[in-house]
Amino acid sequence: MDVLQLVVSGLANGCVYGLIALGFVLIYKATEAVNFAQGDFMMLGAFLCLGFTNEAFLGLPFWLSVPLAILAMGVFGYALDALVIRKMFGQPQVAVVILTIALGFVLRFLAGVIWGHQPVSLESPIAGQDVRFGGLVLGMDEVTIIVVTVLLTGGLYFYFNSTRLGVAMQASSQNQLAAYYMGIPVKRLNSLIWALAGMVAAVAGILYASKGSIEPSMGLLGIKAFAAAVIGGFGSLPGALLGGLIVGLIEPFAGRYMPSGYSQIMPYLLLFLILIVRPHGILAQYHSKKV
Amino acid sequence: MMLAPNLERNADAGAVVLAVRNLESFYGPIMAIRGVSLDVREGQIVTVLGANGAGKTTLLKTISGVMNPEKGEILYNGKNIAGSEPDAVVRAGIAHVPEGREVFPLLTVEENLMMGAYTRRDADGVREDREMVFSYFPILKERARQAAGTLSGGQQQMLAIARGLMARPKLMLLDEPSLGLSPLLTKEIFGIVRRLNREQKVTMMLVEQNAMVALEVADYGYVMELGRIVMADSAERLLQSKDVQEFYLGVKEETQRGQKRWKQKKTWR
Repeated sequence: MDVLQLVVSGLANGCVYGLIALGFVLIYKATEAVNFAQGDFMMLGAFLCLGFTNEAFLGLPFWLSVPLAILAMGVFGYALDALVIRKMFGQPQVAVVILTIALGFVLRFLAGVIWGHQPVSLESPIAGQDVRFGGLVLGMDEVTIIVVTVLLTGGLYFYFNSTRLGVAMQASSQNQLAAYYMGIPVKRLNSLIWALAGMVAAVAGILYASKGSIEPSMGLLGIKAFAAAVIGGFGSLPGALLGGLIVGLIEPFAGRYMPSGYSQIMPYLLLFLILIVRPHGILAQYHSKKV
Repeated sequence: MMLAPNLERNADAGAVVLAVRNLESFYGPIMAIRGVSLDVREGQIVTVLGANGAGKTTLLKTISGVMNPEKGEILYNGKNIAGSEPDAVVRAGIAHVPEGREVFPLLTVEENLMMGAYTRRDADGVREDREMVFSYFPILKERARQAAGTLSGGQQQMLAIARGLMARPKLMLLDEPSLGLSPLLTKEIFGIVRRLNREQKVTMMLVEQNAMVALEVADYGYVMELGRIVMADSAERLLQSKDVQEFYLGVKEETQRGQKRWKQKKTWR
């Protein structure tokens, strides 16, 4: 019973890591740049939802605030690419990476100014409730996180494999020049990818916030999610989720069965190990061009 | 202009679909195209021959809008499309089959074809065209659900052409379809290109290093060197031209003493 509860809470955390990792991989595949502000996107999404719904701020209904926050992050992602990142086209990728690191600092600062640096709680209807499966008592928040992540993953899988736009996004990430030749509007698709990454980050943030209090520095969780993405195989969407789940599961078990303090470094030890044994990650996507 | 008399020899053919006029394009700081003018007439296969670095690919990229020209005009059915975005060019009816195939390696054959039709909204037409494409390339139908990256080089070239056809182009730009293919496969693919030209009425602009196979299927040809057009004539005449024979077809003349002449001056220098 004890183990099962550890598994569920690990999976719930892993889902959040996995969703942030998904954002990393989405943007990396489309633009070959790493968005180190992905964790801060998550933070911003959570705080936007909090700002919409909490009594101290706008006090809108929770079920309206969630889509509003997701939508706002989508618009934010799109605008960021269309107005800033796209202008850097032709610059070395490292410039984009540095830009995203700086953007992370700015977002953290802005969130601190607007919502304060103290931990605050999202007033969510699912916080603090329990679900019972037979003799098993699970937190409603954790179950919700797992269910929403499964649904979102299924939706994204359908989107990327069965819709014209989704397949076109795959195409342009595999061969951008050829996508141009086909008349696929690559620039617009890249902006849409940023929008998608922002929306996924918002979902991750809201889910994370439903588990406990949040503060502007929680975006640093992105580092752990980045490790998860590398473990799963950077460039692979299922790999990102898998890496997230692995990291999420390792933590509670290491915390339970190892001396205190070790659980924090376990994900990074695993990262070391994976990089040595399987440098492209667990689910690497290879392909070599025929000449 | 020097080219004028030769262009007139081709004047009895169809209307000019594509007219390139004094085009100049830069590849970074290098002027890759130095004032190119040429005509592509409806229903023809027009080939542009030349060695590596002659500017052939740059010419095609400039026409399809992937590169912007510095100067000059690209008149497509009389309208200047120089500097247009690639999707506008595809919508106008020009499909570009790039050098080196450039298929989407992790997408299936079918998804690759779907991407070729990205700019189209007529689902029924797209379905018909997919059947049409499969009738020319039956192997692609067999492999429809296979990832394109797992196809052989020849099959990938067929897929690249098929994908271009899915845009239902009036003019197709083919960049070195023989690249890396065996002579037999090259022959097969060029045979299909000729059939597509005749049966589907697709005008072709074919860029090639392999002058022999290109001139065999083409109606009209241009020879490019260092970013300039240096010869223009009907394909038969080019095949018989001493210069083209020596420099592009590898036909060597021998002197009376049986020695090879090492240096011959090109007549256009």
